[in-house]
Amino acid sequence: MAKYVIVGASAAGIGAVEAIRDVDPVGTIAVISDEACPQYSRPMISDYVSGKADFPKMKCRNDEFWMQNSVEAILGKKAVALNLAEKTVALESGEKIPYEKLLLATGGKPFVPKMEGQEKDGVFTFTTIKDAERLAAKIDAINAKSAVVIGAGLIGLSVTDALTKRGLKVTMVELQEKILSLLLDAKASDMVEAVVKAAGVNIVTGQSVQKIIGKPGNEGAVGGVVLTKGDTVPCDLVIVAIGVIPRTELAAGTAIKLNRGIVVDNTMQTNVPDVYSSGDVAEAYDFVLQQNRLLPLWPLAMQEGHIAGYNMAGQKTLYNGGTNMSSLKYFGIPIVSIGLANPKEDPTLEILVQADVENKVYKKLVLRNNIIVGLTFVNCIERVGILYKLMKDQINVKKFKADLLRDDFGLAVLPTSLQKKMSVVH
Amino acid sequence: MKKIIAKQEACMGCGLCEVYCTVAHSKTKDIIKAYNSERPKPISRVRREVNKPISFAIQCRHCEDAPCVVACLSGAMTKDEKTGEVKHNKDKCIGCWTCIMVCPYGAIKMDKENKVVAKCDLCQDQKEPACVANCPNQALEFKEVRS
Repeated sequence: MAKYVIVGASAAGIGAVEAIRDVDPVGTIAVISDEACPQYSRPMISDYVSGKADFPKMKCRNDEFWMQNSVEAILGKKAVALNLAEKTVALESGEKIPYEKLLLATGGKPFVPKMEGQEKDGVFTFTTIKDAERLAAKIDAINAKSAVVIGAGLIGLSVTDALTKRGLKVTMVELQEKILSLLLDAKASDMVEAVVKAAGVNIVTGQSVQKIIGKPGNEGAVGGVVLTKGDTVPCDLVIVAIGVIPRTELAAGTAIKLNRGIVVDNTMQTNVPDVYSSGDVAEAYDFVLQQNRLLPLWPLAMQEGHIAGYNMAGQKTLYNGGTNMSSLKYFGIPIVSIGLANPKEDPTLEILVQADVENKVYKKLVLRNNIIVGLTFVNCIERVGILYKLMKDQINVKKFKADLLRDDFGLAVLPTSLQKKMSVVH
Repeated sequence: MKKIIAKQEACMGCGLCEVYCTVAHSKTKDIIKAYNSERPKPISRVRREVNKPISFAIQCRHCEDAPCVVACLSGAMTKDEKTGEVKHNKDKCIGCWTCIMVCPYGAIKMDKENKVVAKCDLCQDQKEPACVANCPNQALEFKEVRS
């Protein structure tokens, strides 16, 4: 019997443990994960493949983390069923773990559309350390020279960067007309695309892969892909990097309310008392869209895990929300994109842009009623956190909005009242 | 904990804080070499901000609820529960810039050559941080504050 049972040992699970221990040093905690390895940072799997980080470097908490927090870590075992009436989680082995408070932090799994040939040897997804290890081993085993990456979003770009660093010729295939379309507008996307192409990557947009074909004489191994319009791209590997979908299996068929993910309130509690959810599996609050949605991002999962942990331990804490927010380092071009970075035409939005195409510097702010609701910064990201603060606190920027895109923008241009509030000046 | 406090009314915006911070975080500790020849280039972790007539220096505030620590992907950014200091471990850092995205003070710098971030470490091995010790008008103080 553990007072707190957490299913999932990644960001949200780790965050919850830290928060619970902040208020309850003694209540028993059990963490269940189907991954047998120590806690590690999933966003770092591309650094693993590129060779920039080995597994020890990927550990986002020290080896003693579970022990120091008196956590019973049930690793390498899969939770397969919930019984909400008797308050237990059943493991694959048949063992039942009773709980008082439960956190479902089961995360996401890669979305793989049905494609002919997807069972061939050399097709990979890219979410866990296992995926990264298998991919890295395969590259060595077959001395892979080329790859097709399906999807040109965050994951697609990260794996493309890693494979390019390892000397593979990569073709990215993206169904949208532009790469990184959830993060960048057309102009910024073109800027980034030029950099990615200059590193030797082929980019195909407006198409997807209709089937994966075998190698001549070895039909079981990946030999290439056929694109929607019929062109064939030969390759040794295919990486499916379209996105992740929430792992809701445990909650499905129970009284826990599901939409696309698990629906939670602003304490991260589900509709079922004592059952909480956080991270990629949960639909938490987006303060820009002012609604709950899936936001499968590491920093938000950690934050949501904290909120869940505090509430599970009895310290009421409300989540003020996250939004779609990413920072990218790939191909040496730093990018930060937050909120409505690439909105559709909308007369209620005011857009401020400053672009220096030659130096690949791009700054864009999206305002609604003088409140920042979106931003994109390329190659000049150092003080963007100040703008995020203004955005998050919904500060009216009318009086100083002309200063927001200045090269020397900083705290000094903010109103004195705000500087005082932030204890920048005293 | 002891924090660096800027006195805006005493700051002349001279930028010597940046110069001495750069030197303090250089390998050579030599002002000429630090600026002219040292590679990778040493980075100042303090920023002088000027918006006339206002000027002040800003560096990591070692926030109580530090957003950079929550957001850090690799575990490089940690909060020392005993001292209150926000610590950055360069060896763990992967230069993903996530901390930069969420720092409300813009106090985290990119160290592009090392592909990591750099921020104020309060000059651990010194009696007083270099920016404080070398401010010509005592516009920076190192003093105990409620965290």
